Amino acid sequence: MELELQGMTKKFGSVVANDNISLIVRPGEIHSLLGENGAGKSTLMNLLFGLYQPDEGRILLDGKEVSFAGPSDAMAAGIGMVHQHFMLVPVFSVAENVVLGNEPTSVLGVLDLATARERVREISERFGFDIDPDSLIEDLPVGTQQRVEIVKALARDAKVLILDEPTAVLTPQETDEFMEIMRQLAREGTSIVFITHKLREVKAVADVVTVIRGGKVIDSVSPETTVGELASLMVGRDVDLRVTKAEANSGEAVLQVRNLVVVGERQQRVVDDVSFDVHAGEVLCIAGVEGNGQTALAETILGLRTVTSGTITLSGRDITDSGVKDVLEAGVGYVPEDRRKDGLVGDFTIEENFMLDGSFSAPYAKGLAIDFAGRHDHSQKLIEEFDIRTPSLTTLAKKLSGGNQQKVVVARELSRDLKLFVAAQPTRGVDVGSIEFIHESIIKTRDSGIPVLIISTELDEVYGLADRIAVMYRGKVMGIVPPTISREDMGQMMAGIIPAGVKA
Amino acid sequence: MTVLKEILSTGATKAFLSILIGFLVGAVFMMISSEQVGEAWQAGGLLGAFQAALMTVADGYGALFRGSIFNTRADDIVTALRPLTETFRLAGPLIAAGLGISLGFRVGLFNIGGNGQMIFGILWATWISTRVEMPLILHMAVAVIVAILGASLWGALVGFLKATTGAHEVILTIMLNYVAISLFTWFIRSPNLLQNPDAGGTPKSDAPALTAQLPALFPGAYSLHLGFVFAILATVVYWWLMERSAIGYRFRMVGHNPHAARTAGISVERTYVWAMAASAAFVGVAGANQALGTQLGYTETVHSGIGFDGITVALLGGGNAWGVLFAGLLFGAFKAGGPQMQVIGISPEVLGIVQGAIVLFIAAPPLVRAMFRLPALSSTPTLDRVRARLGRKDTAS
Repeated sequence: MELELQGMTKKFGSVVANDNISLIVRPGEIHSLLGENGAGKSTLMNLLFGLYQPDEGRILLDGKEVSFAGPSDAMAAGIGMVHQHFMLVPVFSVAENVVLGNEPTSVLGVLDLATARERVREISERFGFDIDPDSLIEDLPVGTQQRVEIVKALARDAKVLILDEPTAVLTPQETDEFMEIMRQLAREGTSIVFITHKLREVKAVADVVTVIRGGKVIDSVSPETTVGELASLMVGRDVDLRVTKAEANSGEAVLQVRNLVVVGERQQRVVDDVSFDVHAGEVLCIAGVEGNGQTALAETILGLRTVTSGTITLSGRDITDSGVKDVLEAGVGYVPEDRRKDGLVGDFTIEENFMLDGSFSAPYAKGLAIDFAGRHDHSQKLIEEFDIRTPSLTTLAKKLSGGNQQKVVVARELSRDLKLFVAAQPTRGVDVGSIEFIHESIIKTRDSGIPVLIISTELDEVYGLADRIAVMYRGKVMGIVPPTISREDMGQMMAGIIPAGVKA
Repeated sequence: MTVLKEILSTGATKAFLSILIGFLVGAVFMMISSEQVGEAWQAGGLLGAFQAALMTVADGYGALFRGSIFNTRADDIVTALRPLTETFRLAGPLIAAGLGISLGFRVGLFNIGGNGQMIFGILWATWISTRVEMPLILHMAVAVIVAILGASLWGALVGFLKATTGAHEVILTIMLNYVAISLFTWFIRSPNLLQNPDAGGTPKSDAPALTAQLPALFPGAYSLHLGFVFAILATVVYWWLMERSAIGYRFRMVGHNPHAARTAGISVERTYVWAMAASAAFVGVAGANQALGTQLGYTETVHSGIGFDGITVALLGGGNAWGVLFAGLLFGAFKAGGPQMQVIGISPEVLGIVQGAIVLFIAAPPLVRAMFRLPALSSTPTLDRVRARLGRKDTAS
């Protein structure tokens, strides 16, 4: 089926989320929609799926104009959507989930599960999915859950499949398998809209790439375009995430991690015999594909996870078994990976968020009472110093943009008296302006002699910030290398191979 | 939690509208249940019935007013004001329990064990007030403190079990209600423990010693006692604790986002223990009111279900100290005015319906929004809940 969007426009108040967007997806084509977070990709797809109503514009299917009042209309017309966050009921079986909302019934409305099972089996076989219709969703790995979502769409005869950031939750291996599935679906004639901001995947599977920025279509290009060009189209200027910084003036080893082993919930070693030092005045970056133990490592240093064996020493003091409170008091500043879950209280004001880990001490408290005046003055200083754009100090944190939220977290942590600064994914989901600001703050911290440990899956960020790079793979440090290492060698190390000629 | 949060963010306008609808619902029940309306229908048809219905409602709420605020039919001003003092007396324990339950809500804990906590405090307070001799004032003060500490301990036990075993506080509090109430029953049935030796068929405790009773504020004129002053003090303490202190800040942090609290170095488990202890301590003030504000012996029903009523007070009060104070006074007025309504032949149960309807409308915000065409939210709590669930499942897996 051919899908055509003509002049789609959607406004939220004064914000134009989609501005006159037109595109054509041909049958059997993988059409990649590329853009930064907040570029308007998801809004466009929600318009297409009937979740929002467009202010202007038309949707054409095989040349006929259609309009959708809701997702059920869109599904009936042959459009299927796999959301970034799966819409599955965890305690239901695969078959039950697939027919949910469209249940085959026998007499008296009894659910006909046999038909449902048969349907799942049939589709799975066709695409070589290995899915048992009777397993419960909550028992399935993420990659398989995603396939259930696809089966769900195909079971309703979807001819156009919208995939919203489908690889965000997959491991590299699952991603490769997933791209193979996309190719197969396309071969069978399904039109696919593949929403992503990952350039490598776009180049690997897309037939056509449409770049969206600021709610507008910037260009439609072929996937032969280089990664650099795609990136600058996406961001809107020459992307130079290289951070200007002087040579590191590194001193003594402040953080010493020795033979650290951490066992996770599923009894596997999430951190496996890891040793490294972070010196005063340097930035050590932990690079690696997401899910290789970096997050667990950061959480362990902070005291959120229990150490199975090994030691962590900060300025000669053993903090291996210290709780979070003691680690923070010992002078560790920590920016968590998921700021909305771990770094902020969305329903608290900015002022209240500044005092999260300082609620019993100056300038936030006097004895047991909150020092409102002291808190106000200090908060005012912080939002000026860190250029946090907010209507007021009493604005709720959840009302801020991602970049400003992150700056609140960074400001809070950097304003404390630090011996070590640890930041996990410091610029994830943050606008480009804030990225630069946060990177500068990190370098400034380094230059003041504080050791910095950064965990990042973005290679540009790693190369930009690091004085040394530790590459993690399956819980182990593959090696510690200088930032002069080539991207190819780095890629190999991230896949668990130490390339010849690299001294790790 | 989202629904709870939305309920607790109830604004004054919505609370007022809910109360208004509550009274309207009550009016309808009064009309239906009134015999006069039926008789008037048979005698004079629709118009007569309508008039009789209006009269019934006016009589009913008039009686409520006379019984709870100002008795317009009294001969002197002292008698005329008695209903108001009764409202205050009966509101005292409701306010205190409401504060306790509110505190729990704001830490994300659903404390429905108020009755058990009160009784466990009362158990030891009864021991002090009936089995120990102490000088005036000191005796009362010790008994009050023991009632609060006892309740607090029972609450802390819930927090401790939740923190160590992960058991849900709703189950724990319900079950500990049975334990506490049965324990108290055993105490008052055992002659060498708390049983009143002179009690006949139904075993009960002795009356609290005169020195331990909460002293009347206007001796001779009204039975309003010091318990109401304690409730007001508790309101001020609650306000300071939750809005002004760093402890309350931590309580709220854990209530809003336990993950962020943990990352900020706060022991969420320990906070649950302290919060349950604090929540139950406020409920203990209600217990002291019940056990020491009487001149008679009592059975295990001395809790009067105030632990449960406290939930409705907390919901109407919206988690806020002054809101709870107001809600407690309103429901106290219902308790005080009920008998007056019965005198003129209207079932006082109608007030239970009003109370239930008010809380129902508070707890069903979308309904109220729809009825009064208030600006709709872009998201409903149900949607948010679904989103939160999917989001959580996603990050967890």
